[in-house]
Amino acid sequence: MTMRPVVVAGAWLLAACLAALSLGPSRIPPTDVAVALLHGAGLDFSVDERTLAIVASLRLPRMLMAALVGGMLALAGATLQGLFRNPLADPGVLGITGGATLGAVTAIFFGASAMGGAVLPLAGFAGALAAAIAVDRLARVDGRIPVASLLLSGIALEALSRALTGVLIYASDDRQLRDITLWLLGSYAGASWDRLMLIAPFALLAAGTLPFFARGLDALMLGEREAGHLGIPVETLKRLAVGVAALGVGAVVSVAGPVGFVGLVVPHLVRLTHGPGHRRLIPLAAAYGAALSVAADTLARILVAPAELPVGLVTAAIGAPFFAFLIRREKRRLAA
Amino acid sequence: MRNLLLAAALTVAGAVPAFAEPPQRIVVAGNGLTEIVYALGAGDRVAAVDTTSLYPKRAQELPKVGYLRALAAEGILSLKPDLLLVTDDAGPPAVLAQMARAGLRVVKAREGHSAEILAERVRMVGSILERGDAADELERGLAADFATLAQSLAASPTRPRIVFVLSAGGGAPLAAGAETSAEAIFKLAGAVNAIDGYKGYKPLSAEALAGSGATVIVTVTHSLQALGGEAAMRGLPQFAGAKSMRVVAFDGDYLLGFGPRTAHAARDLAAALRPNETIAKLPERPWVAAP
Repeated sequence: MTMRPVVVAGAWLLAACLAALSLGPSRIPPTDVAVALLHGAGLDFSVDERTLAIVASLRLPRMLMAALVGGMLALAGATLQGLFRNPLADPGVLGITGGATLGAVTAIFFGASAMGGAVLPLAGFAGALAAAIAVDRLARVDGRIPVASLLLSGIALEALSRALTGVLIYASDDRQLRDITLWLLGSYAGASWDRLMLIAPFALLAAGTLPFFARGLDALMLGEREAGHLGIPVETLKRLAVGVAALGVGAVVSVAGPVGFVGLVVPHLVRLTHGPGHRRLIPLAAAYGAALSVAADTLARILVAPAELPVGLVTAAIGAPFFAFLIRREKRRLAA
Repeated sequence: MRNLLLAAALTVAGAVPAFAEPPQRIVVAGNGLTEIVYALGAGDRVAAVDTTSLYPKRAQELPKVGYLRALAAEGILSLKPDLLLVTDDAGPPAVLAQMARAGLRVVKAREGHSAEILAERVRMVGSILERGDAADELERGLAADFATLAQSLAASPTRPRIVFVLSAGGGAPLAAGAETSAEAIFKLAGAVNAIDGYKGYKPLSAEALAGSGATVIVTVTHSLQALGGEAAMRGLPQFAGAKSMRVVAFDGDYLLGFGPRTAHAARDLAAALRPNETIAKLPERPWVAAP
C-alpha cells in the first residue's frame, strides 16, 4: 500500500483543524492564534487573556473533541460494516447509540441538565455499556456469536431503547423536551479539557486497536468459514472488534450526543474512492471522519453566530449531498 | 465540585456586585430579565439577547445568541460583553462554566414566578447596572399595581377555574399543571388552575379537561395561530368536552414573561375572565408602553 492516500487524508484533517482553531465568531488573526497556542503550551509569549481563553480553553478542546468523536464514529462504522458485511451497519446497529441515548435522556429527565459536570456523559456511557452487555448476552448461541444473531440483537435493543426513550420524552415537560431534542441532534458545545480526558482513553484505545483487525476483516469478506480456514480466529475477532467499537462509540456518544451521518457514510466515501481493503479503509475512515466532524463544527459555530447550530445538522447537510454526488459519479464511471 | 463553586461564585456575584464600573455591554437571556433591563433605562447597554426576548421591539433588532437553553460560548464572547445576565434555567451549564472560566461575569437570576421574586429581580438588576433609582421606581410602581389589582379582585365574587393550553411545535396541545408560570399568573389574576394533578406541562387529555370544571381555556396567540384559529382548535379531539368553555388568547411573552409588564398582564387576564365585572384599569406605565 502506498502512503499517498494517508498523507492526503492527514492533510485534509490538518487543514480542518487549522481552520477550526483560526475561525470562529471572534475574529482572531492566525498569528495571535499561534501565539496563544504557544503560550498555552507553556512558552513565554505574551497574549491577551480573552484571546488565550478563546483559543486555548474553547477552540482547542472543542476541536480535539470533534476530531475524536468524528474519528471514532467513522472508525467504528468501518469496522462494523466489515464485520457484518453489511454497508448499512453503523454504530447504531449494535444498540450502543440507543443505549447511550437512553442513559443520557434518563439523566436529563431526572434533572441532570441543571447539574452540569460529568453526570450526563457518565449516564450516557453507563447506558452504552449496559446495551453492549445486553447485546452480547442476547446474541450468544452455544458460546458463539453468529453475525446474524448479533445484528438482530442489536436492532432489537436499539428499538427497545428508542421505545423507552419515547416513554421518557412523552413524560417530559417542555423544558426537558427542549434539552432532550437538542441532545439528540448532537453538539460539541460542552467540550472542555475535563470531558476530553473522560473520552480520550476509550477513543485512543479503539484507534490503537481496531487497525490490527484489518487483515481479519478483509478475510471475513470471503465469509466466516473461509476466514476461519485462512487462520483467522473469527470468534475472538468478532468479540474484540465489537467490544472495542462499543466502548469507543459509547464514550464519544455520551459526551457529544448521537452525531449523525459520520459513522454510516464516511466509511462508504472512503470505500468508493479508495477501495474496500480494511488496512487502508480503517485509518482513512478515521482521518476523514475526524476532518468532516471538525469542519462541520467550525461551520456550526460560524453560520448563525453569535448563536450556534447543533453539529449533527451540519454533518448531515454537508455530508449527504456530497455522498449523493459521489455515488452518481462512481455509477457513471462504472457504466462507462 | 467545580459546579458547586461556580454556583457559589455566581450567587455571590448576584448578591454583592463589587465591581468598580457598571457593565456597559450586557448580553441578556430570558425575556423577563430583558424587559427589566429595558424598563430600568439600560436598553442602550444591551449588546445581544436570546430568542425568547421579544419585548420591547428594539431588543429584537439586536444580535441573537440563540435559545436560552442552548447558548454558545464563543458566540457570546465574540460580542465582548462585560456581563452575561441569565435566568436560572439558561444553559447548558457546561457552556456557562466555559464563559465564566474565560473571564466573563455571569450573573444568574433566581427564577420563580411570584410578585416577590419579580421585585427581587428588579432590585438585583438595578444594583448590578447601578440604576438603583429607576429600580426603586419600577418596584414601587409594580407593588402599587399589584395592590390595586388585589383590591379589585377582593371585591370580585368570582374565582374562575381555568386551564392554560399551549401548543408546542404543532404537536398535541399541552396543559399547564402546578408550578408553571401560567399557574402563577392565574393566582395573580384571582383564578384557579383547574389542572393541578401534575407539575409542568403535559399533553392535554379530553377527559381531564372535561372533568376539570374549567370555564375558560387560556392560550397564547401564536399557539392559536399554529393550530389554525379557535374553530380549528375546538375541532381537536382533546377539546371534545369543552363546548361550553370560552377561549381567551394573550401574547405569550406578555402573559408568561414575569417581567415589568406582569401586573398589567394579570389585570388584563383577570378582566378577560370576568366579562360581566369591571376590573379597575392600572395606570399607564412607561415600561408597559415601550416600543
